[in-house]
Amino acid sequence: MDQKILKALESESIEILRETAAAFRKPVMMYSIGKDSSVLLHLAKKAFYPAPIPFPLLHIDTTWKFREMISFRDEVVAEAGAKLFVHTNKEGVTSGANPFTTGISEYTRIMKTVALRQALDEHGFDAAIGGSRRDEEKSRAKERIFSVRDEGHKWDPRNQRPELWRTYNTRLAPGQTMRVFPLSDWTELDIWRYILQENIEVNPLYFAKERPMVKRGDQLIMVDDERYPLLDGEKPEMVKVRFRTLGCYPLTAAVESSATSITEIVEEVFSVKLSERATRLIDGASEDSMEKKKTEGYF
Amino acid sequence: MERSIIRLLTCGSVDDGKSTLIGRLLVETDSIPHDTIDSTRNIRRSGSTIAAGEIDFSLLTDGLEAEREQGITIDVAYRSMSLLDGKRLIISDAPGHEQYTRNMAVAASRADIALVLVDATKGVRTQTLRHLTICSLMGISRVIVAINKLDAMDYSQTVFEEIRANVQTALTRMHLDDVLFIPLSALAGDNVVQGSTHMNWYQGQTLLESIQEWRPAEVVDASPRMRIQMISRADNFRGVSGTVHRGSFTVGDEIKIFPSNQAAKIAKIITYKEEIQTAHDSDAVTLLLEPEVDATRGDLIAATSEELHPSDRFNAEIVWLHDDPLIHSRSYLLIAGSTQTPATVTRIRHKIDVNTGSQNAASNLGVNEIGSVEIATDAPLTLLPYTQSREFGNFILVDRLTFRTVGAGMIRHSLRRGENVVLQKYEVNKSARAVQKNQKAQVIWLTGLSGSGKSTIANAVEKRLHALGMHGYVLDGDNLRMGLNSDLGFTPEDRAENVRRISEVAKLLVDAGLIVLVAVISPFEADRQRAKSLFDDGEFLEVFVDTPVEICVDRDPKGLYKKANKGEIPNFTGVGQGYETPKNPDLHLKGDADLDENVKKILGIII
Repeated sequence: MDQKILKALESESIEILRETAAAFRKPVMMYSIGKDSSVLLHLAKKAFYPAPIPFPLLHIDTTWKFREMISFRDEVVAEAGAKLFVHTNKEGVTSGANPFTTGISEYTRIMKTVALRQALDEHGFDAAIGGSRRDEEKSRAKERIFSVRDEGHKWDPRNQRPELWRTYNTRLAPGQTMRVFPLSDWTELDIWRYILQENIEVNPLYFAKERPMVKRGDQLIMVDDERYPLLDGEKPEMVKVRFRTLGCYPLTAAVESSATSITEIVEEVFSVKLSERATRLIDGASEDSMEKKKTEGYF
Repeated sequence: MERSIIRLLTCGSVDDGKSTLIGRLLVETDSIPHDTIDSTRNIRRSGSTIAAGEIDFSLLTDGLEAEREQGITIDVAYRSMSLLDGKRLIISDAPGHEQYTRNMAVAASRADIALVLVDATKGVRTQTLRHLTICSLMGISRVIVAINKLDAMDYSQTVFEEIRANVQTALTRMHLDDVLFIPLSALAGDNVVQGSTHMNWYQGQTLLESIQEWRPAEVVDASPRMRIQMISRADNFRGVSGTVHRGSFTVGDEIKIFPSNQAAKIAKIITYKEEIQTAHDSDAVTLLLEPEVDATRGDLIAATSEELHPSDRFNAEIVWLHDDPLIHSRSYLLIAGSTQTPATVTRIRHKIDVNTGSQNAASNLGVNEIGSVEIATDAPLTLLPYTQSREFGNFILVDRLTFRTVGAGMIRHSLRRGENVVLQKYEVNKSARAVQKNQKAQVIWLTGLSGSGKSTIANAVEKRLHALGMHGYVLDGDNLRMGLNSDLGFTPEDRAENVRRISEVAKLLVDAGLIVLVAVISPFEADRQRAKSLFDDGEFLEVFVDTPVEICVDRDPKGLYKKANKGEIPNFTGVGQGYETPKNPDLHLKGDADLDENVKKILGIII
């Protein structure tokens, strides 16, 4: 049954990717290095084979990503034969925006949301494919598969286009752009099962390993480089952890785990009943923070 | 056949206990993360009577901020869960207030099963009938009428039976064959996932069971179809990509392409890094066809045995989704699968009252209204009645200025099948007319960039023909845009429509026995091929006026390149939009060559 479900999900995602490639002038696929991006990239290879992936990839680099993410990104993209654009909000860097003193919401707005808008505008992309899933978070559950953004990349959740059947309205009025979510109906467990089934390479950070960690509240944070401000006399402790999601290292909590293979991760996800975004510090800022971010142009 | 993913629509309002019911379904099937469940133990809606520390099931399914404030769901939300038998259930939750019809139609469009909630303390209300009417219209396979809050009615069988009888009366005027009635209490948990100890008089299934044991109806006519989503091009490779619907395609199958009616064979079926023998229902594949036929995005592939009749007029039901009402005789963009074509509602037959099912006369359709209409499309479409195929029987209407989705349509039947339109045969025919004029009627199609010299050449050729006592006529793309095509812009779709209209006019003129000189940029190969397909062999001659773009820019007779380069004209061929060089033109002219030379060459192929 699980295989059948994956097959059905895969076919539908491929249909959405093809529709995007065929209907838009200049689409781009967001590549965030995480597991969902890995699946998305794999699906894109499948959708267009034997032709190459017909759109470039875009990574928004906040300069605070785990180091292992960047090295992994460059290898994987080269292997896929795809073109990658990396964009950083340079004014943000110059202004000194950082995850510690800027405030999490403001930092995210500057280095992720604004950066994304800059990159989309600079290249004139009219459709951006993202790996968001409806099961991640409540406001995502209302997201369309083809979701229109108005000028300034704003999302108006009260004024979404009705989306019926699998008949997609891909037309854009001047100033509008489209966000496309081929993984809408997938769950976290589907993603891992598919990675296992298709033998997709994922970032080593997903596997449990002794890593230098500090505790912040209930959360375990990895000290990935010397920029992390330690408390007086604090020393990172080696703890066997893995990450359920990947983002900016100071904002991405780890979970204690012994899962060192995809099979073990699938088992763990199947049994642990904690929603994955609980390890994202930025989402917890307020009850409705994801919706707020999304209306401003966040993915 | 079993389906691994089942889609469930839930309809009812907050008052009916819908959120609580879905919340309980999710919790009792262990489909929701524990931290999410725990978060509902502390938050309370104002006026909530649920004790602190207990789960408020209704909070699990509400989404957006505004809804939290108002205590209602505003937009359709989707949620996945695993059924206990391993299948996947995707719930589309339709909100329950004034935007109801619209949102419910959206949520229902893909649903297999609809869960219609009736509040036992209130009985059958107008909205119950509205839910059922929309379920019937949208082609829902199974309806589960959940009679909720029976705990508040002492779990009374009489109350249940009374409501059931009332619903059944209403069902007689609908097309719903599979309707189940379940007595339950979402709050107390009776007959949701667990059975009930309070209602021994009920021996039927729980809600979960009635969802799990549903199977899609067998499709009697399972001949396969595939809509072409895109043409796949790689080195020495040109395939067609799409998703198979119903039945299966196997290597070696003879197929036909609609609407062009070309025949071919499936040479290969390609998936990622491998070839397969058979592609089944719902598989996304790429087909290699032999011979390599001229297929484009939006075309339909079907088995040769299938009799399909592309049509351009349909009877349909339309759910209107937008605040600006449907205006008949206004042009909308119709999207069906990957095909987009201008379409006009030529007549509103009647409006359907969703509360009573009665039909009322109407001159327009407002938001949330449903009407039966006649619709005419500019291009012929291969659609099926919605009751036969949801996939091939649906379409949406889009506003041509704002591109908002304004209407959702379901085909009832096509109004004009090819075979029903008997071509009026006239005794004086094309060749008789041409013979009288001492010439062969034909069309000379000049294609090339703006400024390449098409009009100049066409004009010179017509002058020569005239001097020779022959009958020619020039159709100039720019001139036609002032009249016949004045409603068209320059997007690829509009260009396609532009070429289609010009080719239809050319066909009439050829039928009148004339030599037609068409001068139009016609940048896309597919559009030119389509034009060519209208004519008999040897009747259509494609002439490529090949002038280097630098020369065209230099000439710029209308000052258009200057504007386009300044960004004032989007979609300008050669600047904002590409020009597809003809692959096999009948004549290849150098646009910078001597005009007389070029005229001679054309006369050489005409005479």
